[in-house]
Amino acid sequence: MKERNSMTTSPEQKDWTKPAALAIPEGGYFKDKVEQGRYGPVFPQTPACYGFSIMAKIKPGTKQNFYAYAQNIEKAVGATPDCLAVLKLHYLRWLLFDIKGDTYFMYQGIFDTDFDKYTEDAVAIFASTGLNTVFENLEGFPVDWKTNAAAFIKFVREHQCPSFLEYGEYPYVSADEIKKALKLKAAFSTALDQMQ
Amino acid sequence: MTTLESDDIQHILLTRAPAMTGRYEFLSFKSAAGGRAWLSAIMEKVHSAKAMRESVAQDKRWVTVAFTFNGLRALGVDDASLATFPEEFRQGMVARAEMLGDTGANHPSHWTDKTSSPDLHAIVILFARDAAERDRCVSEHAKLIANCQDVEVLSTLDLEATPPFEYAHDHFGYRDRLSQPAIEGAGDAPTPGSGAPLKAGEFILGYPDENGHITLPQPESLTRNGSFMAYRRMDEHVGRFRDFLREHGKTPEEQELVAAKLMGRWRSGAPLVLAPEKDDPALGADPQRNNDFNYKQQDPQGYAVPLGSHIRRMNPRDTGANMSRRRMIRRGATYGPALPEGAAEDGVERGIAAFVICASLVRQFEFAQNVWANDKNFHELGNERDPIIGNQDGTLEYKIPKRPIRKKITGLPAFTTVRGGAYFFLPGLKALRHLASLS
Repeated sequence: MKERNSMTTSPEQKDWTKPAALAIPEGGYFKDKVEQGRYGPVFPQTPACYGFSIMAKIKPGTKQNFYAYAQNIEKAVGATPDCLAVLKLHYLRWLLFDIKGDTYFMYQGIFDTDFDKYTEDAVAIFASTGLNTVFENLEGFPVDWKTNAAAFIKFVREHQCPSFLEYGEYPYVSADEIKKALKLKAAFSTALDQMQ
Repeated sequence: MTTLESDDIQHILLTRAPAMTGRYEFLSFKSAAGGRAWLSAIMEKVHSAKAMRESVAQDKRWVTVAFTFNGLRALGVDDASLATFPEEFRQGMVARAEMLGDTGANHPSHWTDKTSSPDLHAIVILFARDAAERDRCVSEHAKLIANCQDVEVLSTLDLEATPPFEYAHDHFGYRDRLSQPAIEGAGDAPTPGSGAPLKAGEFILGYPDENGHITLPQPESLTRNGSFMAYRRMDEHVGRFRDFLREHGKTPEEQELVAAKLMGRWRSGAPLVLAPEKDDPALGADPQRNNDFNYKQQDPQGYAVPLGSHIRRMNPRDTGANMSRRRMIRRGATYGPALPEGAAEDGVERGIAAFVICASLVRQFEFAQNVWANDKNFHELGNERDPIIGNQDGTLEYKIPKRPIRKKITGLPAFTTVRGGAYFFLPGLKALRHLASLS
């Protein structure tokens, strides 16, 4: 056993200086190394971190609810900037699109932990930020989702559309690491300014 | 406020028996009639929480009975009812091994107590005031088993408190039982820092939980006032642990600090947040003070309590989300002889055999195992697991924040090995009668 005082990265950490792409087999899993989570197999981490792309048909006549919901989320995050912190997000994108006269919803997220780990926390946040106003407008969404995390995760899994290719310009870097680096940069420029 | 039916709830859920010894027996039923005959006899010995409190001064032994999913089926619970039990309980602990971190040396294929067998149906837990009382109960139970056809003892485990006996601690010497959630309506005031009492439904089926929801598999006569229990038997490698302390600390004081940094508390129980430099045994022994701290304001960087330490993982306090939905009741005891200070590792099995009691195994116990204990990237740590109970294979590290530069230990050894485990349903007293009267 070795002990050392150092700030070097561990061998397990992936190299953020090398842009990387990962081709993903059909179905979304690498069959020989599927990690099991509490609610089933976990989608693999890629150079673009963890993520999901959930697609579902919306109930007819509910389109305006989605736009109202967007206003709510903007307000919620404005009032409480850390209200989504638990989800360890980088980016979220919500969009609506039409196929043959039906409107579909897509919810795409990039985050730093597999969704399985913090499922119940996510459900709690969705309830507190009013995300239900959008999910409840999706066809097949479980009515008892607030108390039934298993049913919620089942819906998410059934509507998840796994990527077949993901790319990262600075692969595997977490949002926290990025924020730490920016803080450090800011602290350095302040220090340099002070020395003028 | 909710009134708990404490005359129907098994004592282990709400009380802690003043036991110095005990024994677990793991049973298999070869026929439903045999299992029910055994249950009919043993259930008369099971204390409710209320009865336990009333007679604790006179009593010398306390009995708990619980069943695996296969055990409920073996007793004759019908498929429609079985289907209403949660998925993780139906699958059992062995099927969930990978997610729980029970891989490598911890894998169920290495367990020798047959708790990994599908034939495991029931556990009977005995807590006894002294060894003489345990011996008496063991021979009584052996007579009962001999009288019941079709009931087989798969394995047994004798429990012993480990010296010094003045306070509860494990074989490594860490004071135990410092942070327990209080349950609303149970009558116990939480110690300072332990948080407000939680809704009973977090731990007992049939009561509203923190979301106001009531969980109740069917029929109610079987599940009301019941709970779920995860059993974990973990060997503690005391010789290896002491070698590690000596390797990383030159003086006894430095070694104590290394031990404290792994746990987040000095072995006396004194929390590092409140006693960062030097042990304070009086603080460790004082329940009014020894749990009264937080992390966000008092130790955000982990300079006192490392971010990956055992207590910071198992209860992140104000740095975790939705903590009221993640709490667990812990019960159990140590087994095996103490390894005298200075003695070389003798290879004898010793450790902790504990129960985690909660209303939802997947949300409470499994979350703690999967995320808090075994997520290598918990708190952005990158390459760590819980240094005491995480799955360690010698390839991970442990970082101790320190000014100006942190100390990083690489190749952390495994101080514990999982040696047995199972998921049990802990029925209420009326439910025990319901089970005994099935046909």
